[in-house]
Amino acid sequence: MKQVFGRPRVLNDVVMHYCPGCHHGVIHRLIGEVVDELGIAERTIGIAPVGCSVLAYNYFNLDFVQAAHGRAPAVATGIKRALPDRVVFTYQGDGDLAAIGTAEVVHAAMRSERITVVFVNNAVFGMTSGQMAPTTLVGQKTTTTPWGRDARVHGHPLRVAEMLAALYGPAYIARVSVHTPAQVMKAKKCLEKAFRTQLEDRGFSMVEFVSNCPTNWGLSPLDSVRWLEENMLKYYPLGEFKLPEEVA
Amino acid sequence: MMKGNEAIGEAAIVAGCRCFFGYPITPQNELPEYMARRLPEVGGVFVQAESEVAAINMVYGAAAAGARAMTSSSSPGVSLKQEGISYLSACELPCVVVNMVRGGPGLGGIQPAQSDYFQATRGGGHGDYRTLVYGAASVQELVDLTIEAFDAADRYRNPVLLLADGILGQMMEPAVFPDSPPLPPPAKPWAVTGASGRPRNLINSLILQPDMLEAHNWRLMEKFRQIEEREVRWEEDQLDDAELVVVAYGTTARVVRAALGAARREGLKVGLLRPITLWPFPAQPLRRLKRARAVLTVEMSTGQMVEDVRLAVEGRLPVQFYGRTGGVVPTPREVLARIKEIAGELAQEAGGRK
Repeated sequence: MKQVFGRPRVLNDVVMHYCPGCHHGVIHRLIGEVVDELGIAERTIGIAPVGCSVLAYNYFNLDFVQAAHGRAPAVATGIKRALPDRVVFTYQGDGDLAAIGTAEVVHAAMRSERITVVFVNNAVFGMTSGQMAPTTLVGQKTTTTPWGRDARVHGHPLRVAEMLAALYGPAYIARVSVHTPAQVMKAKKCLEKAFRTQLEDRGFSMVEFVSNCPTNWGLSPLDSVRWLEENMLKYYPLGEFKLPEEVA
Repeated sequence: MMKGNEAIGEAAIVAGCRCFFGYPITPQNELPEYMARRLPEVGGVFVQAESEVAAINMVYGAAAAGARAMTSSSSPGVSLKQEGISYLSACELPCVVVNMVRGGPGLGGIQPAQSDYFQATRGGGHGDYRTLVYGAASVQELVDLTIEAFDAADRYRNPVLLLADGILGQMMEPAVFPDSPPLPPPAKPWAVTGASGRPRNLINSLILQPDMLEAHNWRLMEKFRQIEEREVRWEEDQLDDAELVVVAYGTTARVVRAALGAARREGLKVGLLRPITLWPFPAQPLRRLKRARAVLTVEMSTGQMVEDVRLAVEGRLPVQFYGRTGGVVPTPREVLARIKEIAGELAQEAGGRK
């Protein structure tokens, strides 16, 4: 009998700690599929952030480094410069990448480090129990914005994909989501382009995943998907913001 | 003849360092500048980072990948590196960090100081850890200790710090470079290089179960105990008959040496103990002094190493302190005056007993 579907080889057969309905699991799976299909598992090194996805290193059967909060792009720079023929990717949430690690990701993008950044934006600090992130929407209630984010106090949320796409350095920048099967398929294509951008030595690549947090948003998994569609996607439009010609 | 900062760079290259991540700050700029010129010639990598924080994390990445990696800075910048140094130590990653210490606190000044002694010798960042710390006193010693630092970092899989200051970094002295390090860099089967033909490797310092983190910390502490046993280094100058023992390191030791000559010519029985490793601190020579009646610690700080001196003598001898701070370098004349003052007190005391 021919097997037509199964767990990606680089994903370990372990129970993930993510909350029910969280999109991290889907995004992990997409990375696993892309790494398998590109045949790069034996030369790929992942960097885990601080936050919900810190334990990503338990889920991938790949060489992995855990980085200090926000520093993953700098750590990735060190690895890639020491071993230029390896494939290096970071996996970072919005607290990690868009707050404490803003300088590191901007400068890695500016230098066009040959790394791939997987950025998961769910508009809150998840692991620390739902505080405001730089990506929290105006009006969105969090534990540190109990009456909703007030733009006069905390400003407007950071659009990371657009910000990095404005730089000369990056080669590939996209924003995707995995809240419907069709979007999952699109997201996988973008992720593959991002890794190919690195493999072909074209420059820095980042895929931002607009994601959810049912637990800290206080919504059921299904309601969180609806909320994502109705609120997140209005402020964080999906699409490809920067493409190297040949990859396009 | 070579500038101290540049000599460190060339010594690092001799030691096999091929990854340097820097950020400008006075008075260490000649070192990253030298590496920017030299490393590409030997197939190495120089990256000017966006901050000291990023630079130490690039070191973390390169060290995780198995490379001999280095960064340098000066006091305010080394404060920023402490997060990374804690992670490097926790993950047992080797690297060399140079601190050309300047006067603090805060932005302070750019002139020589020794006021980062506490930070350097107590780990510096958060958590239970130590780093081997060398304090150099000449350009030749900067060369020798840089090469040894890479060796020790790999041997113990831990960051090693090299402390000096703007005087040593900018002075020119003759220096001899070996052709190669005494030992070839060891194999690093733990490095993340891509899991090809072996189980995957993980570099991580998150240990959520307290009993496991406790076991990890005690295992690290056992390693630090070995460093204390094997790596402590110092230089003695006329300690055998010394009634007054001066303890000083780095630039200050050079000043004390000049004062020592003058004191000896006046018949005063004074000797010098110069710590070469600041951690582990050379307590042994202070514990076996036979003739000493007092100890004088001279530092370019308000008094930091003096605490280790007091711990070492355990109250058996009076410990005096003379310090200049904020970038002021003590003169031999000042030190000689303090030596004479203490010698006078000792003589009076001896007279009183008669």
